[in-house]
Amino acid sequence: MATRPDTIYFFGTCLIDLMYPQAGVSAMQLIQREGVNVIFPQAQTCCGQPAWNSGYRDEARTVARAQIALFPKPIPVVIPSGSCAGMMKVHYPELFANQPDEAQALDVAGRVYELTEFLVDVLQIELKDLGEPVKVAVHTSCSSRREMGVADKIESLLGQLSNVKRVEQIRKAECCGFGGTFAVKQPEISASIVLEKVETIRATQADRLVGQDAGCLMNIGGAMEKQGDAIPHQHIAEFLWERTGGVA
Amino acid sequence: MTTEFRHNVTLNLAKPNVRANFRKAMDGLMSRRLDQFPDKAELERLRTQSMAIRANALSKLPELLEQLETNLTRNGIHVHWAETPDEANHIVLAILQQHNAKSLIKGKSMVSEEMGMNHFLEGHGIDCLESDLGEFIIQLAQEPPSHIVAPAIHKSRQDVAKLFNEKFPDIPYTENIDELTQAARRILRDKFYAAPVGISGVNFAVAETGTLCLVENEGNGRMSTTVPKVHIAVTGIEKVVEKLSDVPPLLSILTRSATGQPITTYFNMISSPRKPGEKDGPEEVHLVLLDNGRSNIYSDPELLATLRCIRCGACMNHCPVYTRIGGHSYGTVYPGPIGIILEPQKAGLDVHGELTQASTLCGACGEVCPVRIPIPTLINRLRYDGVRKDASTTVGTGSRRKTGEAAAWKSWAWAASHPAIYNFGAKTATRLHGLFPSNMGAWTNVRSAPQLAEQTLHERLKAMGVDHE
Ligand code: SF4
Repeated sequence: MATRPDTIYFFGTCLIDLMYPQAGVSAMQLIQREGVNVIFPQAQTCCGQPAWNSGYRDEARTVARAQIALFPKPIPVVIPSGSCAGMMKVHYPELFANQPDEAQALDVAGRVYELTEFLVDVLQIELKDLGEPVKVAVHTSCSSRREMGVADKIESLLGQLSNVKRVEQIRKAECCGFGGTFAVKQPEISASIVLEKVETIRATQADRLVGQDAGCLMNIGGAMEKQGDAIPHQHIAEFLWERTGGVA
Repeated sequence: MTTEFRHNVTLNLAKPNVRANFRKAMDGLMSRRLDQFPDKAELERLRTQSMAIRANALSKLPELLEQLETNLTRNGIHVHWAETPDEANHIVLAILQQHNAKSLIKGKSMVSEEMGMNHFLEGHGIDCLESDLGEFIIQLAQEPPSHIVAPAIHKSRQDVAKLFNEKFPDIPYTENIDELTQAARRILRDKFYAAPVGISGVNFAVAETGTLCLVENEGNGRMSTTVPKVHIAVTGIEKVVEKLSDVPPLLSILTRSATGQPITTYFNMISSPRKPGEKDGPEEVHLVLLDNGRSNIYSDPELLATLRCIRCGACMNHCPVYTRIGGHSYGTVYPGPIGIILEPQKAGLDVHGELTQASTLCGACGEVCPVRIPIPTLINRLRYDGVRKDASTTVGTGSRRKTGEAAAWKSWAWAASHPAIYNFGAKTATRLHGLFPSNMGAWTNVRSAPQLAEQTLHERLKAMGVDHE
């Protein structure tokens, strides 16, 4: 277990930057409330994953290279997304293999934490639930589950909240069909997957859907909104911040 | 442009009964597999062991194939090498002609599907009969397999009942699985005694002893390899393992991963033709070893892992894409995750490269693969090979690079590596969020349009005075 740092870097991800900034703000506030100083390099953009997953490695590396330059200090890089964390932790070493800046990429990769992982394993955060009773369904992204191996962290965070009842959809571990560019390249297959996911989540009668990845939430949430009568969805950071008395 | 794959997908997604058949079947297979591995740590240990066995065999592939040939020949089994499916078919045909055989009976073999064997032989006036129940059903329906372990999995009990009724009007209509199976068995049994030649696949070929191992559940594999006078086994060159002691762990993880069985009903080890004084067994045994692109896959140190596959089908059972679109959508012999890495390598990225897009990269396949093939990593690699500008050994390298797409990624990379440009773009987009289109093509068919925030995270944190270095 890593020692508790004084300061961390925060990488907000492009999706949160544009669509869910409140999740990014909440994540930082949760960390700051624990007495840890947060640095948000303003020059950050995107981890490069869309290009990497499309086979455009040179382009992915160009963007990734600009990111690794932003995290020179030997402190954790915390990312509120399993998918972007997985890109940096697992795929940067592949992307920079035999490149002149391989060592720098490996150094950054070794300091990457997905947010829930960081809150649980490093900060050992203790949460006090101040909210009303609520039924919550969790969708854990495939990258959080399989690439980062942190699926249990969100569960343990929610488990600390006394008024939160977790409900489980069937086939919980199955992909939501987002897959980044997959949703655009194979829209029909993606649609068929997300619609089944929505059905299983609705069947739980949850009041809210939470997850660690904005991409999945945008996919599942968007599909529910299109149908109408959507179960509201929220990034875990925002949900935790709200439940524990944080004001936005 | 609507490709054949997209066309198939649209077609199959629109068949609710086929989708329901797959969903139900895959749910069953997944839960049966899970029951076989109650101890997660033990499963991971077995996967590592199995990977090591297969990786070891591949690391010595040329030597082991030589050793296999020597030992099989010593045991009296004839060994034939085929570079292409066509060569393999001609080898089989020549053996049939030597024996004046006009018909044959087949156990299940995916390599024979790869060869298009039935089609080829039937063109030469030879009657091929599939004896595996699933294969028998799809042969009646004139369809290709939709799954490598359970070829007729796309059919419901009612579909099979209707098919039997149509093809065998003498047999009373029934939807009872046992009765249907019995009916098929009766039809097949006579054929076994009449067929001069039996064909089978091979699960493991043991170099050390010259033994061909065959895993099956119905006894049809044993019949096909013992009753006819001549037995011809066909397999890919990668199926070799070094030692006899490599077989039990592989067999165990294969059956548990495939059908959730601790072991199959039959496990055949074929080590020679009938010896003097033996009561059964063929007089002649042949093995046809097919390359069909495997040597080329073998030449790349990363893609080589593709050849570790023991054809358990677990990757397809756990694939969210395969479960939705079914095996026929892929338009290839091997569907699902193993298909989307294997087929583009065999036929070339120019032919089947599109299949590398048939994955969300969720990682479920790589998580269950009993020999730890990093399928998502290989999918990513093949996507790269498809659009890269330099050379690689993969057939069709660079053939999927399109000028427009390449240019789009280039400008994206430029913007995302220049923060001022990125931030300007992001800011502008959020300022204009009201103008963001609510109709975004395919995305908004089943989803509402993503809502851009009024202010980016960058702007909010700047306003909050968060440290930036
Ligand atoms: S790739 Fe792995 S999971 Fe898929 S069929 Fe082969 S051995 Fe089984």
